[in-house]
Amino acid sequence: MGFIGDSIDSLKSFSVRHTIEQVITLGMIVSSALIIWKFLMCVTGSESPVVVVLSESMEPAFQRGDILFLRMGEDPIRAGEIVVFNIDRREIPIVHRVIKVHERNDTRYIDVLTKGDNNDQDDRVLYAPGQQWLQHEHIMGRAVGFLPYVGYITIIMTENPIIKYILIGALGLLAITSKD
Amino acid sequence: MHSFGYRANALLTFSLTILALICAMASLSDNLNSPSPTATVQILNVNRFQKKSSGDDEVGLTLDISADLQSLFTWNTKQVFVFLAAEYSTPRNSLNQVSLWDGIIPLKEDAKFSTKTKNKYRFIDQGSNLRGRDFNMTLHWHVMPKTGKMFADKLVLPGFRLPESYR
Repeated sequence: MGFIGDSIDSLKSFSVRHTIEQVITLGMIVSSALIIWKFLMCVTGSESPVVVVLSESMEPAFQRGDILFLRMGEDPIRAGEIVVFNIDRREIPIVHRVIKVHERNDTRYIDVLTKGDNNDQDDRVLYAPGQQWLQHEHIMGRAVGFLPYVGYITIIMTENPIIKYILIGALGLLAITSKD
Repeated sequence: MHSFGYRANALLTFSLTILALICAMASLSDNLNSPSPTATVQILNVNRFQKKSSGDDEVGLTLDISADLQSLFTWNTKQVFVFLAAEYSTPRNSLNQVSLWDGIIPLKEDAKFSTKTKNKYRFIDQGSNLRGRDFNMTLHWHVMPKTGKMFADKLVLPGFRLPESYR
């Protein structure tokens, strides 16, 4: 393909200034991506504004590979909301539905029980030993919208790291050798 | 400028942009729908009403739930998740919501239903406050689209009361 030929030609003829320009362009692209991500975090009020669904516990609504848009907001947690939460000893956040809410009279303290739609049991088996409820600090956001299938590529990349390296290598090569 | 690589890149970017636009429009079309759902709930029997050894009250109920949720479905709807929650307040907790039953409705035809069932999830209070307690049965639904924004709403059915004494 002429594409690869072009890239190799441009690699052979480089000057210091040209290289610096390419590195700065690459840095700008990475920085803009980071800025957009942080901006989304501010706008949605959640630590992770977008998550990928990893398990089948919310089928048939959410399949593995779907992307969920999250928002935190000030409204209190109510039954039926789909929330994303972290358990102390687990690193992967879980996306399940709230089925029980007990809110104390002083409003800020709230006990929440969650369950995946497709699971038979509630999430007490997933919580830390001795933990019966979730509180406000465990919950990272509420799902408000979703896109099907789009996140599947991140699952592929996580399960086959080789593909991740190949993809990043190819993108890096592309960025460095582009003529503009 | 006209190599395969550039053309493939332009095509991919364009198609992804159009796809995103179509998903957004599909989701926006859901706002045109104005639903008019109806529901009734009856408690057929209080099977069990005890104080557990932990000190918390527990109720076992048999319920008759009928609803017509067909107006919630649009062409962009993947499924409707419906659940029935008992909502009440106690001296200690200003709000308690306990889900008693839930179901998934994948098709519009199944959205008009009537079911007699025991409560799927245990109705347990935090404490012993349920005797003679007034409560609402609230039918909640969550419309999950094929793509885009999810809609949730509820119908409050007040006027239920638990027995004055254990049985």
